Amino acid sequence: MRLELGKIFIKDVQFGQSTHVEKGTLYVAKEELEKLVLEDDRIIGAQIELARPGESVRITPVKDCIEPRVKVSGGEMFPGVVGKIDKVGSGRTHALEGACVVTVGKIVGFQEGLIDMSGPTACYTPFSETQNICVVIQPAEGLETHEYEEAGRLAGLKVAAKIGECARELEPDELVVYETLPFAKQVETYPNLPKVGYIHMLQSQGLLHDTFYYGTDAKQLLPTFMYPTEIMDGAIISGNCVAPCDKVTTYHHLHNPVIEDLYKRHGKDLNFIGVILTNENVYLADKVRSSDMVAKLVELFGLDGVLISEEGYGNPDADLMMNCQKVSQTGTKVVLITDEFPGADGKSYSLADGVPEAKHIVSCGNGNVIVHFPPMEKVIGMLDYVEMQIGGYDGSLKPDGSIDAELQIIIASTIANGFNHLAARGY
Amino acid sequence: MKKRVVHYINNFFAGVGGEDMAHIPPEKREGVVGPGMALQPALGDEAEIVSTLVCGDNYMGEKTDEALDQLIAWIKEEKPDLVIAGPAFNAGRYGYACGSLVKKVQEELGIPAFTAMYDENPGVDTFRKDAYILKVADSAAGMRSAIPLMAKFAKKILNGEEILGPDEEGYFERGIRVNYFHEKRGSERAVEMLLQVMAGKDPVTEYPLPKIDRVDPVPPVKDMAHTKVALVTSGGIVPTDNPDHIESSSASKYGVYSIEGMEQMSKDLFTSIHGGYDRQYVLENPNLVVPLDAMRELEKEGVIGELADYYIATTGTGTSTDNAKRFGEDFVNKLKEDSVGAVILTST
Repeated sequence: MRLELGKIFIKDVQFGQSTHVEKGTLYVAKEELEKLVLEDDRIIGAQIELARPGESVRITPVKDCIEPRVKVSGGEMFPGVVGKIDKVGSGRTHALEGACVVTVGKIVGFQEGLIDMSGPTACYTPFSETQNICVVIQPAEGLETHEYEEAGRLAGLKVAAKIGECARELEPDELVVYETLPFAKQVETYPNLPKVGYIHMLQSQGLLHDTFYYGTDAKQLLPTFMYPTEIMDGAIISGNCVAPCDKVTTYHHLHNPVIEDLYKRHGKDLNFIGVILTNENVYLADKVRSSDMVAKLVELFGLDGVLISEEGYGNPDADLMMNCQKVSQTGTKVVLITDEFPGADGKSYSLADGVPEAKHIVSCGNGNVIVHFPPMEKVIGMLDYVEMQIGGYDGSLKPDGSIDAELQIIIASTIANGFNHLAARGY
Repeated sequence: MKKRVVHYINNFFAGVGGEDMAHIPPEKREGVVGPGMALQPALGDEAEIVSTLVCGDNYMGEKTDEALDQLIAWIKEEKPDLVIAGPAFNAGRYGYACGSLVKKVQEELGIPAFTAMYDENPGVDTFRKDAYILKVADSAAGMRSAIPLMAKFAKKILNGEEILGPDEEGYFERGIRVNYFHEKRGSERAVEMLLQVMAGKDPVTEYPLPKIDRVDPVPPVKDMAHTKVALVTSGGIVPTDNPDHIESSSASKYGVYSIEGMEQMSKDLFTSIHGGYDRQYVLENPNLVVPLDAMRELEKEGVIGELADYYIATTGTGTSTDNAKRFGEDFVNKLKEDSVGAVILTST
């Protein structure tokens, strides 16, 4: 598959009469977008608010973050969810890079996160650096939780696709081409380079911990092989409420850093063969089956090395370790990417499970560290749930609006796919 | 005003014999003794070793509590800003004494304390999590290089300067995980690490995985019909007002709650404060996590002897393994006292 990704760089966001881009500024039509969200009768209130880098703004509870994009050719945006079911990962896609749709609203499952656009904690989330179009939703009275989650998820995706539409005819500031060939041809192309794959573990514990692959619930997947460009092009969307710090937002699926960085060395130091997609189900039998299948695919494709990333912590550590062990036993080299939860004093085990084969691990930081959030002039959403959100606790929220909470309350702060520069080391 | 330092050494370094005198009880001497004579000038004019405490290593090993209590009492009187113990080099019992003392000084008096040892001193592994242990040579021949290292570290602590990482400061890593921003993002480092591993190299892992404790399952209960059973959960079910303020994640405590006379867990009396799962069904029916209804039936049917009239709860999500271990070690005493013979652990 060959994907042409045209990037239109967005440096500011403003309200406008119509949704369009002019000299790097994205103008969004507030009422039009609000109407779009309200088409879903499960949502009775919708407000579009804007948040820009450097502003004294706190956004919470954040559900998902999505980059506005459009499929110019080769399929539709978010297939099986917003667009009709079709393959993605080839053709041409235009992205409003630097802009982000952020869904906000009353808590769904109290694992939704926080973004500060300025101040000492802004550095922990990539969404303090994007021009954010916040979709603040109000669910219908008594709306069932899972319905609310779905309504919120769809609202964000629809708004992102709608905004993305304005990029269809634009001339991109930068055009990047990503290509992975069919297996046999790809191997032939760089016969002397090591064959590398990426084992991408999707959060699928269920009960508000779900991810969707072409609209299919990842719980129902058996591990499958895919082109990397499919993920970069909207094949996977987030529908989960894992701890905010290591939630892989839809934005992060579109910008999967492992895929981007493997492509950077593709044809130079390694031969990037493809992605093995797997899940993190709660039943032991599922974990055993999925990790067996992962190792089988690694062997089938004769991979020399793999990177494995997980989503969430605790329970999925067991999947991470099973994958590591079984893949290592096929003779394939493994490097794991994870974040750490060693407790308030930093002295406990960072992971809930471990195998002797897990010899090479990259750390994405310690999520248990307590950080101070000074008050912000404006709150998009509400602070009502801070003390219940993951990372918050009784007494987290001070009367002046400042917060003391664990780093894990910040969205994607320790995301376990290596998107950030944050890491932990032993002291 | 000069900062006050108390120094701890063993009988050998105090010049009171060798192995033959290792039984001597604690002594307190004014000013510097032994290695303190070199340490004092290295500390300069801003700090003064006000007293030196001495104890035989055997005495410390055999009557640890008595020795430590006496030493702590003297240190408390001196109101020091810092306690330095050793260097113990590769002397195992001396290392144990130094480690025990600096740990207790910090925990009981809240006064900063550190020691220094050789890599293979067993005291390093025993106490590295509890205190700074500077890396020194294996014998007293290394005193000359140990003194400036210890003096420099002491001055940093006394001046309230930031203590940097183990490599910069020369201490044994304490196993405390501290955040920093790397110049490269994680995925880029992972790709580089994989390229090295595939090239047959063994790059340094960013997280050395410790050996994870595994608990072997106990054998099945032989006679359930005469066994008292208790329910213990990490599912965050607490009385609705959460009287112990148990956290919704990263719990630092657990609670013991009465179910005396209750036939089932009522949603009016109990709730879930757990932040790691979808609580919707459990809020309606807390028996899903604390299965009191089913246990009462088993009790009536005589399948179990009886059900303890309380259950124990904490939140499992994000809770550190050290905390979880501490909870278990703590409440198991109550369960034993109450003659509980089996526990059903429910998770979520």
